[in-house]
Amino acid sequence: MKRVTVGGEMKILLVDDEVEFVSALAERLTLRGIDVEWVSRPEDAISRVEQRCYDLAVLDVKMPRLSGIGLKVILQKKCPDMKFIFLTGHGSEESYEAGTAEAGSAYYLMKPLKLNDLIRKIGEVMGS
Amino acid sequence: MVIWRQFFKEQGTVLRKYIFLEIICFFPVSPESALTCAPARDRCCYRNFLGIEKSSAMTFFTHLKPKFWEYVGTGSGPGRYMFNFRRIWKLTVLVTLGAALVPLSVMTLLDYRVSRDATLSEIRMRTAQLTSNTKRNVSYFLIERKAALDFINHNDPLESLTAPGTLSTILQSLQKSFGGFVDLGIIDHRGVQAAYVGPYDLLGEDYSDADWFKQVNLKGIFVSDVFGGIRNVPHMVIAVKHVVSADRYYVLRATLDAVSINELFSGLEVGGNGDVFLINREGILQTPSRQFGQVLEKMSLPVPEYAEKSEVKVLPSGTGDLIMGYAYIPETSFILVITKHKDLLMESWNQSRMQLIALLIISTVLILLVVLGGTTFLVNQIYLADGRRLMTMHQTEYSNKMASIGRLSAGVAHEINNPLAVINEKAGLVKDLFSLTDKYSQDPKLMSLIDSVLSSVDRCAEITRRLLNFARRSGTRLQYIDLAAVVTEVFDFMGKEAEYRCIGIEIDVAEDLPRFRSDIGRLQEILLNLFTNAFSAMDDGGKMTITARLRKRQQIDVRVSDTGHGIPQSDIGRVFEPFFSTKIGKGGTGLGLSITYGLAQELGGDIRVKSKVGEGTTFIVTLPMNPPETMGGQNEKGDCGRGDEDTSG
Repeated sequence: MKRVTVGGEMKILLVDDEVEFVSALAERLTLRGIDVEWVSRPEDAISRVEQRCYDLAVLDVKMPRLSGIGLKVILQKKCPDMKFIFLTGHGSEESYEAGTAEAGSAYYLMKPLKLNDLIRKIGEVMGS
Repeated sequence: MVIWRQFFKEQGTVLRKYIFLEIICFFPVSPESALTCAPARDRCCYRNFLGIEKSSAMTFFTHLKPKFWEYVGTGSGPGRYMFNFRRIWKLTVLVTLGAALVPLSVMTLLDYRVSRDATLSEIRMRTAQLTSNTKRNVSYFLIERKAALDFINHNDPLESLTAPGTLSTILQSLQKSFGGFVDLGIIDHRGVQAAYVGPYDLLGEDYSDADWFKQVNLKGIFVSDVFGGIRNVPHMVIAVKHVVSADRYYVLRATLDAVSINELFSGLEVGGNGDVFLINREGILQTPSRQFGQVLEKMSLPVPEYAEKSEVKVLPSGTGDLIMGYAYIPETSFILVITKHKDLLMESWNQSRMQLIALLIISTVLILLVVLGGTTFLVNQIYLADGRRLMTMHQTEYSNKMASIGRLSAGVAHEINNPLAVINEKAGLVKDLFSLTDKYSQDPKLMSLIDSVLSSVDRCAEITRRLLNFARRSGTRLQYIDLAAVVTEVFDFMGKEAEYRCIGIEIDVAEDLPRFRSDIGRLQEILLNLFTNAFSAMDDGGKMTITARLRKRQQIDVRVSDTGHGIPQSDIGRVFEPFFSTKIGKGGTGLGLSITYGLAQELGGDIRVKSKVGEGTTFIVTLPMNPPETMGGQNEKGDCGRGDEDTSG
């Protein structure tokens, strides 16, 4: 297992309604030395951000009650410097392009994702 | 010129035979003729029946035959005739021809009968008038001469008449005034010729036992038939009785030359190669006839029955019908007969009728041409309009189907991708944990098993991604395309089938082919349809070749060739028509290639086909490298409509 360094001492928030997915993903990132917290409800994500700002949030697009896009808008108001990466199960190129366009400058990844792709994206977003 | 003449002669023969067969099949007059039509419908049977070469039959009728003629509707139930265009054509032709030709034919027939009856009636009337006038002339001729003899009897006493020279003077006067008198004699009451003047020596001749003497005694007057007599010269006798006292009388007898009677008829103008003559009651000709015998011969026509007035009737004869006018001459045994040939008299009418019939035939042919041409044009328009309408309906249906498949794929992909993601992360975590443990990290079998799980997850993810890429886009969306990648991606769908059926695949995309602007979704559909079509046309073990080359004028040719059965030349012009399929009833809808054609048009391109039976088929899709921007105009609308769906995660 190789520890990676992305953006120095940064803090990442994972948000996905699929607990099994997000917990495993968080643990894998943690194993690689990345400081990660995870929640499975958008409301919990808002609560966490109200307590402190994260450097980066990885959001699932399709979640109950509040979509990842909507959540991004709320979180960005609270923490304007926060960066975002989106995850989606609609894994077509078309939806990827359309989603990227809608998400603005954010990044977009398709599920199931390769961990290395995510780490590379995190690095790109954080500029390292 | 000679070649053209020969060509038209051959085609004319073919056309006559074809029309003959079509008429038999169109209006089967007997069960046998109807039965012959079933095999005759087949083109090969046509050629066998007609005894003509394939090439001449094909070249001529392929151009004449409208598009709808070979169309066979596949519907059933009460509406099954709605798309039977051949039946619609036949009914329309029958009804239109009936409406046009029946009144025309009835009018012509009525005119024919009415004008014929009128002409015949006029001929009979004229013949009756001529007969009546001629009868008066003959009667007047005889009355005139009887009156002359009566006058002599009353004017001169017997002694004066028998005196030498008197009778001679009277005969001369009669010949001079009336003509035709040959001799003149006076017979006393004993029947002895007491005085005579004429060319023969008949003085003292005893007529007491002669029939004419007895009749003149009885009736006072006698007009004989024409007879030859001892001179064998046709003549007749008029005798008038004059009573002097109760026991004394004498008879003045005159002989008339028959020529003088003939002169009565010489001036008559009888049309229709007509004839005028006199017969007696036994049918013996009293005057010469041009057609029915000489004087004193038996007439070849039957003697007409007695009638007080002039009569006209039609008699059949060997040279056609005769119009016969006849009249019995009063106080004589003569019958006046006038004959005319009906056909000759009707000749002018026949000519006018022939002109009318020719006009009818020309009119019928013109009506036939107009009805056939007009009906064919109209039914063809209906056929084309129906084709367009159905094509639009099916395209809409196809689009909806593809959109449904897209939505379904998107839903399925999302539902599958999420658990896949869980599996992926859990397996990844297990691998991570094992990697951190010396015991497990050194176990190749364990690591191999985890890698196998992760690899299967990747395969599943690729399948769902490919499914989603084929979801139908709602508008044209231009983007730069790598054709080699698109071809490979589409072929991936057929890969397993090609493997199972041992179909060889050769993909030859030119390396220098640049990326070009097009709609990837539509291009994928075009290629998928062509690949599917090629696979259907080939038996197991065939070969499909895909080549792509850059052409001049900023165009790209994509060729999809197969080694299948090929398409007959007779069908090759119709492969892109909606509902044309050789697989109707075997699962084919006849829409695949027509939709492909429409998609190529939407991309600003074109599609052509080359084929040879037994060798295979090549479809050539030509695409512009820079399609018109108007196509891209739909892009924005399409993306907007789709954005809400596709960006929901």
